[in-house]
Amino acid sequence: MTAALQRGVAGFLARYEGLRDRLPGDPRPRAEAADAFRRAGLPGATSGRREEAWKYTSLRPVADATFQQPVAHPAGDSRLLARLPPLEAPRIVFVDGEFRPELSALPASLDFARFADRAEYGRLARADSEPLVALNTMLAEDGALLSVPDGVDAGLLLLVSVATDRAACHPRHLIHLARGARLSLLELSFGDGSYLHNPVLEVVVGDDAALTHVRLQNEAPTAFHLSTVYAEIGERGEYDSFGLNLGGRIVRTEAHVRLAGIKGIAHLNGAQLLGGTQHADFTTVVKHDAPSCTSRQTVKNVLAGRSQGVFQGRIEVARVAQKTDGYQMNQALLLSPDAEVDTKPELEIFADDVKCSHGATVGELDADQLFYLRSRGIPDDEARSMLVRAFLADALDAVTDQAVRGVLEHAVEGWWERQAA
Amino acid sequence: MSAATQTLDTVQSVTQSGYKWGWETEIEMDLAPKGLNEDIIRLISSRKEEPAWLLEWRLKAFAGWQQMTEPHWARVEHAPIDYQDLHYYAAPKRKPGPKSLDEVDPELLRTYEKLGIPLKERAILAGVDPASIEGGSQVAVDAVFDSVSVATTFRETLKKAGVIFCPISEAVRDHPELVQQYLGTVVPTSDNFFAALNSAVFTDGSFVYVPKGVRCPMELSTYFRINARSTGQFERTLIIADAGAYVSYLEGCTAPMRDENQLHAAVVELVTHDDAQIKYSTVQNWYPGDAEGRGGIYNFVTKRGACRGARSKISWTQVETGSAITWKYPSCVLHGDDSVGEFYSVAVTNNRQQADTGTKMVHIGKRTKSTIVSKGISAGRSNNTYRGLVRVLPQAAGARNHTQCDSLLIGDCCGAHTVPYIESRNPTAKVEHEATTSKIADDQMFYCRQRGLTEEDAVNLIVNGFCKEVLKELPMEFAVEAQKLLAVSLEGSVG
Repeated sequence: MTAALQRGVAGFLARYEGLRDRLPGDPRPRAEAADAFRRAGLPGATSGRREEAWKYTSLRPVADATFQQPVAHPAGDSRLLARLPPLEAPRIVFVDGEFRPELSALPASLDFARFADRAEYGRLARADSEPLVALNTMLAEDGALLSVPDGVDAGLLLLVSVATDRAACHPRHLIHLARGARLSLLELSFGDGSYLHNPVLEVVVGDDAALTHVRLQNEAPTAFHLSTVYAEIGERGEYDSFGLNLGGRIVRTEAHVRLAGIKGIAHLNGAQLLGGTQHADFTTVVKHDAPSCTSRQTVKNVLAGRSQGVFQGRIEVARVAQKTDGYQMNQALLLSPDAEVDTKPELEIFADDVKCSHGATVGELDADQLFYLRSRGIPDDEARSMLVRAFLADALDAVTDQAVRGVLEHAVEGWWERQAA
Repeated sequence: MSAATQTLDTVQSVTQSGYKWGWETEIEMDLAPKGLNEDIIRLISSRKEEPAWLLEWRLKAFAGWQQMTEPHWARVEHAPIDYQDLHYYAAPKRKPGPKSLDEVDPELLRTYEKLGIPLKERAILAGVDPASIEGGSQVAVDAVFDSVSVATTFRETLKKAGVIFCPISEAVRDHPELVQQYLGTVVPTSDNFFAALNSAVFTDGSFVYVPKGVRCPMELSTYFRINARSTGQFERTLIIADAGAYVSYLEGCTAPMRDENQLHAAVVELVTHDDAQIKYSTVQNWYPGDAEGRGGIYNFVTKRGACRGARSKISWTQVETGSAITWKYPSCVLHGDDSVGEFYSVAVTNNRQQADTGTKMVHIGKRTKSTIVSKGISAGRSNNTYRGLVRVLPQAAGARNHTQCDSLLIGDCCGAHTVPYIESRNPTAKVEHEATTSKIADDQMFYCRQRGLTEEDAVNLIVNGFCKEVLKELPMEFAVEAQKLLAVSLEGSVG
């Protein structure tokens, strides 16, 4: 196969045209997605067109980048595995969007299938309204279809995505937890060079089921990470998610969570630690579509260098969703005069018997706290770093699994070392 | 109006209790033909005897407007507006500026009576010697009856202080240098669709200039009225407080009941120089439409203040209870170091009303401060949105903002939305935002009912408490009226 250079919306469409007969699954959703993508383009890349959902993030750099497809994988790239955290857990590994059985260790307690073998698009992600979902639906070649049976506790599972220079991968993952099932999923994304990672992940949490979903985004500094999660939570179901954005040049992690059954719970916590010229956008939409559900969200931004951090969070409460309890907190710490934060927490409420609140703060390190440490002989640099770590530790508290939390803390340490270097 | 009322339906129209201020005054109108084109603009300009530069400015705005499309980002829905189906000029046939009571149209006096303008002010309007009513708090009224100001009072007292307070068309004639210097500098003609429309066709409004170091000796107030059938009103207000000056401006509105939707696209520009202060208060009570949302005013207003000088301050206070649709974001651009912007708002929506309102605070100067307090109350089938922006530019070291927006829902068919935007580009800036949404708690109701209050009185009491932080910012004259308005607006929303 010859490697072809591709660029912009036309490049992605050309890739689709070239591949369409070989892509797995029903071709109709792909054709519709291609139409939608052709109409919508990449947000921010078409001049003169502005979309409210993409007010603070432009994908023009993605449109301007060139990708090469397919990328030949050198043998023995199992050295990538050296970068995996030392966790005793089954893992499913994708390299440039393709499942790699020789690098994976399949779990015993759940059903796994490849999207390449059994293409299922799911029914939650909307290609007609989300350009990135359209792009993914059009080009998805592989992904993980995971299903945890009734009442089974599947324990911890790693979903790993590694990418290499010039790759553009659009994995499609589907996770289904049947009634009373449990799973702790740790998603890791990293790689080398300039590439695009555009996963779409659909999650269905059945009645009384619980999914812990922790995502560590530690892509290469020149990479694009654009991920979309759609989750639907059943009665008394629980979706507990935490996203840590450390890497990438342009990052958007978007999550749409729908509380569909009575007494469901959704946590959408996260933290972004950015430096250099990084741009990361943490966007969430929580839909309360059933009574007595709870949603909680704390997202923290630490912004150094010339980085830009974006938080957009919307809580929608439908008329039927009485007794909703929604809470949202967004805090940003600006460490540099060139950093920027943009925050848009939204409440959209159609039910009267609800308790919804949100808060947002933006500022620098507290002068009193800094003075306290300095007056005890701690040098300025060290005092500042202590305070930032404390600010972040607060966010990481939301991750209760100690082993998983250890992985995140380790990654944060790595970020500090890179900043110091 | 819907005759069928379900016992459980919490929606009751304000009109079912009768819109208190709904009537129409029969005064002969001088109407320009319907439609909007350059000729109409030339007609307006010539009727107003305007200088050439203003006509050119209008035509430029009109050319810009034709290139623009109506904005649709606000959470409001309405039938398309046919801009060619409106009269853009309506003037009472009387000559402006009555000299005595006899010259004032008795119909107009009765209008003021129904409006509830206090007797004292009616007397002023009717030409009673101001000396005889001294001692009380003085309020100057520049009454805008449809498009042409027909009575201006207290002119002399203000003149002594050096304050210019007159209809803007008069200011164009008598103080062209001031108008030309400031008009459109805060809200440029190209600012937005409705501001451009206003710039092209504005027919009247108020002009205030408070010279250096002068504290305006009285509260200034204008009663805006929309009166003739299917005329839009395009008010233009320009208030300038020179260095060290202070002025408090009050604006209140009521309108007659009618079927056709009426468009109102006003522009208000405020400018403060060093150490100057403007306090702008609004009570807006235009016809909100009937229980099914028919009729009612479309209120698409652009209000913006520029704190140009150091240590200057602009404070917006608004109580919004009327209009079918309110689309309004009184804003402050804080250029001057240590300047202060404030926004206090109560927005009440009932039946099918829609309000999308909030503020923008743009921090440019060092140590600039802004405070936003917004209280939204939704009842019936209404939708109430707070939309606000706090932007801190890189040079705004030490900027500070605190925002609090609370929503109260009455009934389960309404919506309350909060859309704040926070953009900070300076690490020394501190921005805080908090928002809550709740309903009237059962225990609060129980407590009041148990002490013998009717359900309606209990709701009024609780709502007034909820809005207290904002109401206390209003000048005395308005605070009382505002509390009454809240009660009237929420009539029939419980039970």
